[in-house]
Amino acid sequence: MRVTISIKKAQFANKYGKLILSDGTVLDGKGFGYQKTVFGELVFNTGMVGYTETLTDPSYAGQILTLTYPLIGNYGVPDPSLIDKSGISQFFESDKIQARGLVVHELSEVASHWNLSMTLDEWLYNEKIPGISGIDTRELTKKLRMGGVMMAALVVSDSEIDVASIKKQLAETKSYSSEEFMDQVSTKEAQTYGQESDSIVVIDTGVKNAIIRNIRDLGYKVVKLPWNATIEKVLSYNPKGVVLSNGPGDPEKCPQTIQTAKQLIEKNIPTLGICLGAQIIGLAGGAETYKLKYGHRGQNKSCLNLQNNQVYVTSQNHGYGIDPDSLGKTDFELWFTNTDDNTVEGIKHKQKKVIAVQFHPEASPGPYDCKYVFEELKSLIKGGDSNTK
Amino acid sequence: MLPVTPEYVSSIIESERPDGIMLGYGGQTALNCGVNLGEQGVLTKYGVKVLGTQIPGIQKTEDRQLFKDSMKECGVPVLKSKTVNTFDDAKNAAEELGYPVIIRVAYTLGGKGGGVAYNEYELHEIVERGLNASLVRQVLIEEYIGHWKQIEYEVMQDYEGNNVIVCNMENVLSMRVHTGDNIVVAPSQTIDNREYHMLRSAGLRATKHVGIVGECNIQFALEPTSDRYVAIEINPRLSRSSALASKATGYPLAYMSAKIGLGHSLPELVNHITKTTTACFEPSLDYVVCKHPRWDFAKFELANRKLGPTMNSVGEVMAIGRTFEESLQKSIRMLDIGNDGLVLNRDNGKSYDVEDIENHLLNPNDHILYYVAAALKKGLSVEKIQKLSSIDPWFIEKIRNIIDVEQQTKEKPMNSDLMLQAKHFGFSDKQIGRAINKNEFEVRKLRKELGVVPIVKQIDTLAAEWPSKTNYLYITYGGTENDIQISSDQRGVVVLGAGPYRIGSSVEFDWGTVNMVWGLQENGEQNVIVVNCNPETVSTDYDICSRLYFEELTLERILDIADFENSKGMVTSVGGQTANNLTPQLAKAGIHLLGTSAEDVDMAEDRSKFSKILDKLHIKQPHWQAFSSFSEAKSFAIKVGYPVLVRPSYVLSGAAMKVVWSQEELAKYVGEATTLSPDHPVVITKFMLNSLEVDVDGVSDGKTVIIGAIVEHIDAAGVHSGDAMMVIPPWRLNNKQVETITDYSNKIAKSFNIKGPFNLQFLIHNDQVYVIELNIRASRSMPFVSKLIKTNLISLAARAVLGKPLPNIPSDKWKKTLIHGIKVPQFSFMQLDGADIVLGVEMQSTGEAACFGDSFYDALAKGLISVGYNLPKQGTALITIGGAENKEKMLQTMAILKHLGFKILATEHTAEFLSEKNIQDVEIVYKISEPHRKPNISDLLYERKINFIINIPSTSTLEKYVGMLYDEFQIRRKATELGIPVLTTTELAESFVKTLEWLHTNETTKRALEPYDPF
Repeated sequence: MRVTISIKKAQFANKYGKLILSDGTVLDGKGFGYQKTVFGELVFNTGMVGYTETLTDPSYAGQILTLTYPLIGNYGVPDPSLIDKSGISQFFESDKIQARGLVVHELSEVASHWNLSMTLDEWLYNEKIPGISGIDTRELTKKLRMGGVMMAALVVSDSEIDVASIKKQLAETKSYSSEEFMDQVSTKEAQTYGQESDSIVVIDTGVKNAIIRNIRDLGYKVVKLPWNATIEKVLSYNPKGVVLSNGPGDPEKCPQTIQTAKQLIEKNIPTLGICLGAQIIGLAGGAETYKLKYGHRGQNKSCLNLQNNQVYVTSQNHGYGIDPDSLGKTDFELWFTNTDDNTVEGIKHKQKKVIAVQFHPEASPGPYDCKYVFEELKSLIKGGDSNTK
Repeated sequence: MLPVTPEYVSSIIESERPDGIMLGYGGQTALNCGVNLGEQGVLTKYGVKVLGTQIPGIQKTEDRQLFKDSMKECGVPVLKSKTVNTFDDAKNAAEELGYPVIIRVAYTLGGKGGGVAYNEYELHEIVERGLNASLVRQVLIEEYIGHWKQIEYEVMQDYEGNNVIVCNMENVLSMRVHTGDNIVVAPSQTIDNREYHMLRSAGLRATKHVGIVGECNIQFALEPTSDRYVAIEINPRLSRSSALASKATGYPLAYMSAKIGLGHSLPELVNHITKTTTACFEPSLDYVVCKHPRWDFAKFELANRKLGPTMNSVGEVMAIGRTFEESLQKSIRMLDIGNDGLVLNRDNGKSYDVEDIENHLLNPNDHILYYVAAALKKGLSVEKIQKLSSIDPWFIEKIRNIIDVEQQTKEKPMNSDLMLQAKHFGFSDKQIGRAINKNEFEVRKLRKELGVVPIVKQIDTLAAEWPSKTNYLYITYGGTENDIQISSDQRGVVVLGAGPYRIGSSVEFDWGTVNMVWGLQENGEQNVIVVNCNPETVSTDYDICSRLYFEELTLERILDIADFENSKGMVTSVGGQTANNLTPQLAKAGIHLLGTSAEDVDMAEDRSKFSKILDKLHIKQPHWQAFSSFSEAKSFAIKVGYPVLVRPSYVLSGAAMKVVWSQEELAKYVGEATTLSPDHPVVITKFMLNSLEVDVDGVSDGKTVIIGAIVEHIDAAGVHSGDAMMVIPPWRLNNKQVETITDYSNKIAKSFNIKGPFNLQFLIHNDQVYVIELNIRASRSMPFVSKLIKTNLISLAARAVLGKPLPNIPSDKWKKTLIHGIKVPQFSFMQLDGADIVLGVEMQSTGEAACFGDSFYDALAKGLISVGYNLPKQGTALITIGGAENKEKMLQTMAILKHLGFKILATEHTAEFLSEKNIQDVEIVYKISEPHRKPNISDLLYERKINFIINIPSTSTLEKYVGMLYDEFQIRRKATELGIPVLTTTELAESFVKTLEWLHTNETTKRALEPYDPF
């Protein structure tokens, strides 16, 4: 039977919508998705595709996401129930939308793709997430670039919106930096994927499905453990290696994970940190982290691999980073730097089998150019050093 | 200025001894030439290094089989196909793959010669043509995937293997239509993250594997119902797509590619826009770009308008907006074809029946988008439209949005919400005016009252993520804030460009625009602002000017820019007819125009005002009159005698001028092409047979007139000046005529108070000088004249428009130039299915070449070679000449041919005439329409037994307009398809043969162009 291109139309669009920033700015737009008021840190992402993957990335927990590409929703949203052979969702990075709200210039009210099961609007509605369209997202991005990321309220309503009361609530909302996310995003209990005898433990601080899939592709069973798993718990699975995952918020809010990471380094367990996981490894190794003014979120970020002098285009999503000046006092050396602003994008332990990248080698969304970072982990496990690529 | 052929380039290598050569910047011509030089060993012999992609890499992308093998090696799927060198192999391959199949030609230009065959008969036609068009006599037979999505990626890669994707693009009209003829959006719209990055990875893998260094374009086909894909081709050079991608993203691909060719690595190069971030990144767009091709089918009476795998367009525009609807409607306006958008056009009333619509959805032509709109209006479902047209439903739904808003503007009361919605979807004030019965100005006023005004946004390559001081701008209604403000010390002069390349307006006006910008800068203007919308131009390089608006050249948009810029003045005299046509309206709207006043421009444009002034100056012009009724027209034609030149002032079908030979024809033409009315009269001019045409290009400041040169057409009057070969110095004019022309030019320039460039056209008939036309603007021949006489006319014009006096340049400077220059037109008949190559009053050439030499024939030989003529030293000529007069005229030429040792073939009557006149050994051949009689022309053509053809229709160039002889058309068409030169005028044939004669005892000169003289 011939598959056809599916077409669907938005049903929940054209409500009242306002985006209210903590600096007092009030932007008018059209609400879509679910009618609701949310508060969160307003950030922007410059990727031109991949809203499905981005919205379900647990690293966006606590944030209201602005997409700089102006036409969003064109190809709809695939079926969330489709899973791959390892039991991982095929098209989603987690089991729900993680961002608190979505800000776009234009919502495509019609979606068309062979693989769609619903529109973006419908998906947001089902997941009770508000969205707003009709915003000058370029102007908003410039504001965030100049003033830094800030807290904001996104209101979608069937009736007129009372700005004054929302402003008051916004002022009283706890800031993103002080929020604790681990209980929201981490698994409560151990989960395994695959049957292989060799396993890799993933410490879940908000792991994306693509990370698990990439480890599975290396040929390992994956054991996903809660963020606060102790070293004893980790070692009880006798893993060949450990991956510290991505996730939301300030890395210093994960003291137990940092503690476990310290011991992984000490015991020389082959370990790969990704994004938040990289910051945690940095902190465990004695480096410091800091909050970036407006973060790196996009799919076009080039990073220089200092070991082979090659530049790779990476997918990034981080609001915090490792302080390069603090690396000197640690046993870690720079591995990758961001070619635009020279921020730390990867570190390597000078003696131990511990590596970390600030970007997302698993892509999804974004380019696949750095998949080889997973191969590096495998070669650490296999006993080789990681200076191959 | 020499032909880009292996012979000429070798000789330059020999004399210049360069260290390196770059092959990727001169299109397919340069690439083929470079590969040829490599294969001949010229590059090795002189130690010339190829900078950028090496020749084996080029070959891997150009040779179909090597390409397929390479793709397989790096895990990139390709289509099932077979490379063949003969028709029999093609037939077998097609049977194996199953019809329909597509035929692609190796080593050729613009997909030239390819096609889709649904049966063996069509296969034969296309394969034969393809084999002949191919430099290596090779074609590819391939599975047809017309309904798949066509997605392209522009890749940059350095010697170290760092690589990035600069832009991806999606073709709205699927794989069915050549990307050059497709409506293209950037970035892609209908593919998701996985598909986007799957193709991206494949693109990087493929280019790395073949060893691209610099820039390339890779084209994929993606099945719309799965993620199955195949790589179609790699262009290992800068292409039309690269130009588009550069403009679409702000990433200067050619510039970066050149740096990489010199050995720089991508990471060490800096993003040209931000100046702080690296060039080794992938631009992120926060707008949507729509490229729309410009076709000129109307110029070719018999051409097939159907779109397919062969490119037919002659130019393109690019629109930038924040919705697809906005970009699309902007792009339609930019085409300058009289449409104000997709809907609410002047002739919006046109209705099609469903059968017609369905047929056109299935077989797209240049009106495809209008058929989609018509289909939606008729109630056809999106599914049905998609099935017939292979256009993704997303695009169809976007077109529906436009139609919905059209409906609302007609039905609902206009308020700020509806106005904003319409503007959001790219409706112009004119379109809205048609819906609410107001004129453009009334809508503009109402719109401003409603608070709906556009904003100015920057193109910064990275979606505002990093600060950048970019001057690359566009205008949109998709936002609330301007990205920049113009302070009073930034106010400047706006120069209007020429819009899309098309027949009659091409790169010469880009030269004009750029040189005007430079001229203004040299004369102290700090802020020069350019408005243009053609991605193929230098004038839209943002580093040429202070601010670039990549925008529509419509009154509405220019006024928006004037409002925002509060500009000091505007120059409309270098952007061809597009900019010139805006002159009166801009003046009326209160814009300060620099240069000749709008009134004086109008005096030249308005025939009766123009005539009155000529009468006052006692300068002759051919008899003419304007008519609003057929009976008046008829009696005028009888009075002055046929033939007459008929020119409607309001053109419906696009067919403009026509030479009419009889009353029946006049009746037919006036009825068909025009609606006669007092508002839209038709102008009829006596057409003078056997006369010479002359152009004068000059500049004036109102007091001093500088004549660039007097340029003589080699072809007789009646061949459009854009299609005629031109020569400086004049070839057949006597001193008295030259003096008269100079005198007239001075008088006219002064009478019209010209301050800036101008072009005058003259006719010489029976020793009398007549004026045909005055254009108070830069002309097509100005770059040619400027380069030959080493005087940049536009640079002088810049002084004139600023009100500065012109320098003292001797009035006979051009006469003292010792070299000869000849401009030769380049035609693209080959690409245009069914078009006839006989020249006429409608311009048909799509480009030109100019060459200089020590003598007329020196220049002409190089000119002819440049446009693709093969100048044989010996061989066979086919001669068919119609009419006794022409036969007489060509007698001497035939004698020369014979003397040079050419074998002469002729059709019966011509052969008979030639033997009567003592030209011996003429072999008789038979017409294509008599295939049973041998030897037949058709066979000889296919067997390549003919080197060139002299085929002159009976009443010279005008035969076509009397009633074309099918057989002659067949000869010309076949020969064109097979790449055999066909000479269709006595002048051209004579020049050609004399050039062959000259080449027997001479060699062409090979010198570099000299710089402009400073003034």
